Amino acid sequence: MNQPQVPLYRLAHGRTGDKGNRSNISVIAYRPEFFPVLLEQVTEERVAAIFRHRAPAAIHRYVLPGLGALNFVLDDVLDGGVNDSLNLDTHGKNLVFLLLGLEVSVPSEWEALLAGIK
Amino acid sequence: MADDILAIGCAAGFAGDRIDAAGPVVDTLIARGAPGVLIFEMLAERTLALAQLARRQNPEGGFAPLMEPALRPILKRCVEHGIRIVSNFGSANPRAAANRIHQIAREQAIPKVRVAVVEGDDLSDARGREILHAYLDPAYASRELVSANVYLGAGAIAEALQGGAQVVVTGRVADPSLVVGPATAHFGWSETDWDRLGRATMAGHLLECGAQVTGGYFADPGLKDVPDLATVGYPIAEITADGAFVIAKAEPTGGVVDSRTVKEQLLYEVHDPAAYLTPDVVADISQAEVHEIGRDRVAVSGVRGHPRPDTLKTTVCFSGGWLGEGEISYAGPNAEARARLAADIVRQRVGDALLLRFDLIGVLSVFGDDRNRMLSDVAPGDARDVRLRVAAADPDRAKVERVLGEVMALFTCGPAGGGGVRTAVTPRLGSTSCYVPRELIHPTFTMME
Repeated sequence: MNQPQVPLYRLAHGRTGDKGNRSNISVIAYRPEFFPVLLEQVTEERVAAIFRHRAPAAIHRYVLPGLGALNFVLDDVLDGGVNDSLNLDTHGKNLVFLLLGLEVSVPSEWEALLAGIK
Repeated sequence: MADDILAIGCAAGFAGDRIDAAGPVVDTLIARGAPGVLIFEMLAERTLALAQLARRQNPEGGFAPLMEPALRPILKRCVEHGIRIVSNFGSANPRAAANRIHQIAREQAIPKVRVAVVEGDDLSDARGREILHAYLDPAYASRELVSANVYLGAGAIAEALQGGAQVVVTGRVADPSLVVGPATAHFGWSETDWDRLGRATMAGHLLECGAQVTGGYFADPGLKDVPDLATVGYPIAEITADGAFVIAKAEPTGGVVDSRTVKEQLLYEVHDPAAYLTPDVVADISQAEVHEIGRDRVAVSGVRGHPRPDTLKTTVCFSGGWLGEGEISYAGPNAEARARLAADIVRQRVGDALLLRFDLIGVLSVFGDDRNRMLSDVAPGDARDVRLRVAAADPDRAKVERVLGEVMALFTCGPAGGGGVRTAVTPRLGSTSCYVPRELIHPTFTMME
């Protein structure tokens, strides 16, 4: 069966934090039934592909079942961090939105449950 | 007793936060009538180095510039209603901050205020440098030290409050310790009550960025709408004797506290959720849950604590050379092609001597990396309002200025229509961290006057 592809931000929200040259990005399901999709499809491999330009030294995914959330920790992706990066966004505050652009497949009957913006 | 609740409000989440945030927090704490504490978190990693530089210029400076405007409107009410104030706004000079607080109190005819300073975090003196010599990577030995501060825990804060302090002024302490300190003092916890300390630590973690848990750093129109964000209320944690807590906010204000805002902030700047390291405890949120128990009220459960680390994190900042940034704009048909040509010209003129970062604002300027790998992957398009930004850093200011000179010269030598050149050179700070054995660090508190 062909399942529709939708951007992750319709299923989940999150935020970026930084410490030194390390970024952490949470991905939190809007509804409990969405969480298995995150577990299956938002993998370390796919996140590594999204952030390939920043050549992460390591990516680790932590699972928080009680929160319906994932926490990704990406090492050495901030061009040195807040004191060293040449980026305008030295903290990488926006990086969660790169991740939330990931396409995931969902059951077609979920359309009405997904968050607003297409 | 079971219904004993300590309410702790937070009125600042960083050194540049809103100075009118505290008023509604204080009003809400007074209206509750319960024991109340007000905290301000005003000290990011970099902020302390800047404060050290300010103190070198002025021995009475070096504390948070916004301390005074933030305190003036609320100090009197806090003292009158027994609301204690705890903050790291002492930065690089807690004693000067305490003197200023006494001065404000005199001006406002507030009877004698007991202000305590917490010290022991500053490792930039001779004894501190001996410690750094032993524990800091020798690769940094030749760098010009600006600041070195160890993250202290809640101990000295709690002792100062138990000693009767109405205001506790610290330099570098772990941010959650601003909450763990008052909770420990109020409930009489021991320093090995790991689960209680772990819970209070996460309450502090949720509070320490101010509005980030009440709808700030969260609102996303159409996806995560937040009412009245312009008047967002700052958070209040209601903590019980076993460390369990509810996150609420000041009223009447805008913003929202719900399961989504709390989950986002719970994971903010967390790495391994089972091991959030602080000087007080290793907090564990791997099994945490959140529960909406009322309008703008969220309870967090399942938080645990494990024995604290044997070492304390120390942040060391150095002089770090110069950052140069130059920008120029192109608009209209073929604007993106002209901006890309401008970037190529600067690259060609500067050569390979210096790493140059290019941003095409309007095409790609945030997600890109300093090596321009992502920009190289973006096929040229037809953006019609593009601002080229060139950034470079070097210990040698002249090299950085030469790059900016090349951006400036695009005015006449570059592609058609380049306008609005701006260039800036700013000093940089470098930083690193190391871990020092706890027994080498001796936090103290001193009651001023």
